[in-house]
Amino acid sequence: MSETPSPSSSPASQTGTQLVKRGLAEMLKGGVIMDVVDPEQAKIAEDAGAVAVMALERVPSDIRRDGGVARMSDPEMIEGIKAVTTIPVMAKARIGHFVEAQILEALGVDYVDESEVLTPADEAHHIDKWAFTVPFVCGATNLGEALRRISEGACMIRSKGEAGTGNVVEAVRHLRSITGDIRKITQADGAELFEWAKRLQAPLPLVQEIHQTGKLPVPLFCAGGLAIPADAALAMQLGAEAVFVGSGIFKSDNPSARAKAIVEATTHFNDPAILAKVSRGLGAAMPGLEIGSLETTFAARGW
Amino acid sequence: MKVGLLALQGAVGPHAEALRDLGATPVEVRTPEQLADVDALVVPGGESTTMSKLLDTSGLAGPLAERLAAGLPTFGTCAGMIVLARTVLDGRADQRSYDAIDVTVRRNAFGRQVDSFEADLDVAGLDEPFHAVFIRAPFVEEVGPGVEVLAAVDGHPVLCRQGPILVSAFHPELTSDRRLHAVFLTLIP
Repeated sequence: MSETPSPSSSPASQTGTQLVKRGLAEMLKGGVIMDVVDPEQAKIAEDAGAVAVMALERVPSDIRRDGGVARMSDPEMIEGIKAVTTIPVMAKARIGHFVEAQILEALGVDYVDESEVLTPADEAHHIDKWAFTVPFVCGATNLGEALRRISEGACMIRSKGEAGTGNVVEAVRHLRSITGDIRKITQADGAELFEWAKRLQAPLPLVQEIHQTGKLPVPLFCAGGLAIPADAALAMQLGAEAVFVGSGIFKSDNPSARAKAIVEATTHFNDPAILAKVSRGLGAAMPGLEIGSLETTFAARGW
Repeated sequence: MKVGLLALQGAVGPHAEALRDLGATPVEVRTPEQLADVDALVVPGGESTTMSKLLDTSGLAGPLAERLAAGLPTFGTCAGMIVLARTVLDGRADQRSYDAIDVTVRRNAFGRQVDSFEADLDVAGLDEPFHAVFIRAPFVEEVGPGVEVLAAVDGHPVLCRQGPILVSAFHPELTSDRRLHAVFLTLIP
């Protein structure tokens, strides 16, 4: 390995800036980020056209089944996945567990997911994400939560959905809540923006920014319960800019074919003829769960 | 002027904004029919291995090769530079590149995301430095005789032109400086 060259043409070269951190999220748009638990799955994901992989020890449906405390993955496992893929590798830290995040940064992961799928480590505080060079993605169920995470330094927001269920209904609820409130804020007058900030428990400048731009200050992706190509296209048509698929791929009958189909469906999300074509003959999807039957809802974690 | 934006995956929106600012009409391209209708093309940043797969599955691979061979003015940024290169190092064995510009590109040459950086670049033909954003960026290792190197970092070319093809290792679409998109538009007859 040669040493990483540093730019010579300027004294002002900087790493870890908001532009650079949000920039990687821009590059992932229109793509599928897949949960993988070992190098073999990582290869299948990359072969299928994933834009990134999320390295974790157990997919959410197994975490849900096993119960107990879910933590950061073993660094050896993350290293193993980094070694076989050329695409970005993400990994999860527990909510508020900034030391797990420090370790993930030291391992050179490309994005840290401060994730409700793992057992929270702090009941009041999320990680101060401004303190890191590595960018963070955080889950949100509504716009207020999204803006609080952005104020803490998150560079990408994803819907939480309800991970490990194969049921897209919660992701739809979260996306509609976020994009619906954004639409309303664009129509609000100056006085109403103060009330919006109060109601959302979010910083006023971020609410004012949304009023101006009509969009979240960082990319908005969808996660939680996606299982078939049509789910990915639904998320995209509802305003998500990329999708995470967790248990949906490797808990299905034919992960490779399903992964490829979801990649195509995410690109061609507005073309029903292509969606019909790629949805054919994929074998059984992961078994789904009714939200009402769950003992633990991951989406309720985070503050 | 209709400028196609290869919209299979990646940072499509910021390029569309840049093109609109300059009075061009961006058109998203996901199918061969859409490609047939454009006067020029932008291949955006994103994940080059993903784009390579989607070029195959969308049926665009053949038509894109034909239009590039026929001299379609094309601007490739980051992953786009990789897609347009003659040779790709550190890529996947099955990764497509279209030999539209005679350069050898090394993927992720500047390192992983924690090494991503922004810096002011001196660019041939521009009076003031260009603020450039490099994200898991590639650089050019070898250039052929017909290739003009317009900017470099530590001796590694990061902005090159050959005929109607312009490639950058960095992301001019992520800042509000439109000078490189303006240079690209001058390549369209």
